[in-house]
Amino acid sequence: MSHPYKKRLRRSMMFLNCQKPGLIKDPYIYKPDSIMLDLEDAVAENQKDAARYSLYHALQEIDYRGVERVVRINGLDTPHWKEDIRVCVAGGADTIRIAKTESAKDVHTVEEHVLAAEREFGRPEGSTLLMAALESCKGVLHALEVCESSERLIGIALSGGDYTKDLQTVITGTGVELQGARQQMIIAARAAGVQCWDTVFTNLDAMDVFEEEVKMIKMMGFDGKSLVNPRQIDIVHKIFTPTQKEIIFAEKVVREIDEKKALGIGVFTVDGKMIDIAFYNGAKRTIDLAKASGVYEGDL
Amino acid sequence: MEIKKAAMAGTLESSDAQVTVEPGTDGIQLSIESSVIHQFGRQIKATVMETLSRLEVTDAKVTVVDKGALDCTLKARVECAVYRSNGITENLPWGGVIR
Repeated sequence: MSHPYKKRLRRSMMFLNCQKPGLIKDPYIYKPDSIMLDLEDAVAENQKDAARYSLYHALQEIDYRGVERVVRINGLDTPHWKEDIRVCVAGGADTIRIAKTESAKDVHTVEEHVLAAEREFGRPEGSTLLMAALESCKGVLHALEVCESSERLIGIALSGGDYTKDLQTVITGTGVELQGARQQMIIAARAAGVQCWDTVFTNLDAMDVFEEEVKMIKMMGFDGKSLVNPRQIDIVHKIFTPTQKEIIFAEKVVREIDEKKALGIGVFTVDGKMIDIAFYNGAKRTIDLAKASGVYEGDL
Repeated sequence: MEIKKAAMAGTLESSDAQVTVEPGTDGIQLSIESSVIHQFGRQIKATVMETLSRLEVTDAKVTVVDKGALDCTLKARVECAVYRSNGITENLPWGGVIR
């Protein structure tokens, strides 16, 4: 049976540095859907051990009030990832974000150690979810096999900084350098039935550009975005939450299709737009998203 | 656990604590510096002593410079300093003496 939280709402996934107690003690006040407690790049090489103790006690003792607790572990090419997995599972992290994923084999390697840790620490087998960050050209090209690699895998996230280095370019702010990866990843994720998140946007002085980028990735089909600052959360939630107009239209579509189906009518109009069965799943998704976002008051 | 060499963990940033452990021979000699010592001194001492006791540290000189750390941060810094003094960074007893 699939994990009950595998497809939960994940519009905003905010990074927090495990090396900084001041950052990890109360991030739930900003109400992100998920926090990503970072053991990887944000933590200095000689503080990897210290970050784990802080992580363990934070997971065990801080009530994050329903916010999903994802932990980003160090890459499989480092000496840190095995102990990272042990502490994540022992502490009861909801999800582990695998850095620098390039293949299904990488996911399987992590999965094997997660299972061993679940047995060691008496956690239910299969309770720890996984997500994979794709940070290289090879990783992006292998997106589909990564998406299909494990029942625990909730989705894939683009890591634009490392990816553009591998591509031999830079983050330009136009998004042109990320077009191929974004398109490839969202198609792979949808084909495999998992979620997909866009990369961080780090220029906090350009909130208008950030907003445009969030609108674009929403249109592309992404489920949400990795974030670096609490100021970014509300913007993402606003864009990813259906408007009342969209909800009302979706309700009409669902009701009309159900009614007309019974009458043997396949195509008809709603508010002047031609509608047929192809619109049904999209309308249902809008209502599901509205429900998950806490803005639905209807009875569908 | 024996304190084999001097070791430190934590920083002087807000919400953190810097904990130093040094080898000792005559029980635990604990020194605490905190801007909230009047309000929380007793609690800080209790948390540090409990953590040292769980780790079976019986002889050490321990210095804590507290900058408003939560209990969970204090524990994390004490544990990190003690394991660093033993050079241990892997196969830690999460959920055992670290809890």
